[in-house]
Amino acid sequence: MNDSPARLPLRTAAAVKLGNLSSTLSQKMGLGAGGMIGGRVALKLDPQALNRLTQGRRVAVVTGTNGKTTSTMMLARAVSALGEVATNHSGANMPDGHVTALSKQPDAPYAVLECDEGYFPAVAGASNPAVAVILNLSRDQLDRVGEVRTIERSLRDTVTALKDCTVVANCDDVMVTSAAWNAQKVVWVATGTGWHHDSASCPRCGNPIQWQGEHWHCTGCDLARPHPNWITTDEAMITPEHHKVELRLTLPGKFNQANAVMASAAAYALGVPTEEAVRRLRGVSNVSGRYRTIQRNGRSARLLLSKNPAGWSETLTVVKEANHPAVLVINAQEADGRDLSWLWDVPFERMQGRTVIASGERATDLAVRLTYAEVEHTIVPDPLKAIDQMPPGAVEVIANYTAFRDLNARAAADE
Amino acid sequence: MSESTIQIALVLPDLLGTYGDFGNAVVLEKRMTWRGIKAEIVPINYGQPVPDSCDIYVVGGGEDTAQTLAVKHLREHPGLQRAVTKNAVVLGVCAGIQIFGESFTRADNVTHPGMGLIDSTSHAGGSRAIGEVIAEPANGLFEGVLTGFENHQGRTVLGPSARPLAHVKVGTGNDGSVEGAVQGRIVCTYLHGPVLPRNPQLADLLIEWATGTKVAPLDLPAVTAMRAERVRAAS
Ligand SMILES: [Zn+2]
Repeated sequence: MNDSPARLPLRTAAAVKLGNLSSTLSQKMGLGAGGMIGGRVALKLDPQALNRLTQGRRVAVVTGTNGKTTSTMMLARAVSALGEVATNHSGANMPDGHVTALSKQPDAPYAVLECDEGYFPAVAGASNPAVAVILNLSRDQLDRVGEVRTIERSLRDTVTALKDCTVVANCDDVMVTSAAWNAQKVVWVATGTGWHHDSASCPRCGNPIQWQGEHWHCTGCDLARPHPNWITTDEAMITPEHHKVELRLTLPGKFNQANAVMASAAAYALGVPTEEAVRRLRGVSNVSGRYRTIQRNGRSARLLLSKNPAGWSETLTVVKEANHPAVLVINAQEADGRDLSWLWDVPFERMQGRTVIASGERATDLAVRLTYAEVEHTIVPDPLKAIDQMPPGAVEVIANYTAFRDLNARAAADE
Repeated sequence: MSESTIQIALVLPDLLGTYGDFGNAVVLEKRMTWRGIKAEIVPINYGQPVPDSCDIYVVGGGEDTAQTLAVKHLREHPGLQRAVTKNAVVLGVCAGIQIFGESFTRADNVTHPGMGLIDSTSHAGGSRAIGEVIAEPANGLFEGVLTGFENHQGRTVLGPSARPLAHVKVGTGNDGSVEGAVQGRIVCTYLHGPVLPRNPQLADLLIEWATGTKVAPLDLPAVTAMRAERVRAAS
């Protein structure tokens, strides 16, 4: 099974070399982590680079709205039980990021690629994956990205056409189930997580979806929750052989348990025994700065990233258990989506009775939402200053995309 | 003021809840509750009949397919239309302005019948209007400017029975010149953000229509600060 990757044609090899060089240059010049620029150059020199760089490797592609980076890291850790794995770690999840990651490890027989939903058809088409993982589908960044239903449709068309690919799909998510429904080989995972707000009506026929407990079915066509092969239970999972495996993750929350079970199912499809996979992914503790804890003047602040209503809803559940003070940080730059309407879809009411600071470039928009949620709060736009104003001890910091990125960079610079 | 509870119908939040439209209902509910007026939100989901007994109806925005389903449902269960004849207050946001009209024509040139509640027709514009909007309320309907975020391809032409809600200073609105529509107690707008958290004066106007009572102002510093910030950002 462990064939070494096909040798690269000269043109790709040259493109990769130049790509690596410009990646190093961009890092030296302080243009960021260099995760994308190298790949961009390589793709320009050889548009087939992604196809050539994945030939002879066993490839897994991970997509979905939330949890891509974490699940990809978990899966890469698990698959490393079989051999070297090329993977895009830093959330550079478009084709240029994939080319960069693959060309850095030309000899790795395995590749685990996090893929933006919009690029999934192109990347799956070029890389001929052995495994495709679809985590969940919900709306993200309203004024930027296409409709959820358009994405479901393009995933469905791509996945249905894939040959010799095992699709690992979340059957508690109506959109994901519809996307994977006609695939040649599907492994269904009951994750216990799904965002129901975008799937009141069937993505296939438009009729209402009816829910009874965890079961759901369409009232107009045959789309219904399939019988799951893997089941997420409280802190554990049930394998297809009906074994119960304790998860005992370092990462918090139900959402990360779902990510872990999806990753275990995908690793299993690639040949990793489940106990071995779980043992490895337990060690995942810090995903590109997410869940990192920073120390500031006696405050121990845990940084959590949430990008959209479904993500915020999950994160508020995670932080609910310990009643620590919370700094909530909101920006509305291009990469976040300029429209903050989605703040009203997040159940901030759960933060009632807690010490809360509204922070970020759009702290006042958040403050209005908190006011109507009857959550007492103060406004401190600078998130580091906000942390300093909390009582000494544990602080939860939840930030959306650019807010998290900037805070993480500043925290790293201070360390 | 009546002793009974003011019922705010949140119409098809599962189909027309794309732009945080729940926020409009929450703002109405809280602004009444905080003043001692009993109020409650009544969600009406897809597949359920639409009651005609609510006092205020809030209708939000949705994707094209969701919008088509919503019109079909609202025509089959005409509770909202009956409520309008009984003088109910209605707020229609984004898709609302299109489906309340006589008809709306999509980018594919197919014309769909609307609900005929306001004298307007909508069609697809050449470009998508996205960004912050500032508009001046028409006919002194309420104090201060109207602010919001728009994200729509539709353009709307008002007939003689409908009046514009506001005159556009920054942004596009219905056609680059006027924004929204008012007909009887129906208010439509392309603006979200959502619109009522951003424009408490409009929220209070709807509350006064529904309760038949003038309400005292509420001092919410966060709202004042946010309005000032948004107006600065748009100018
Ligand atoms: Zn169906």
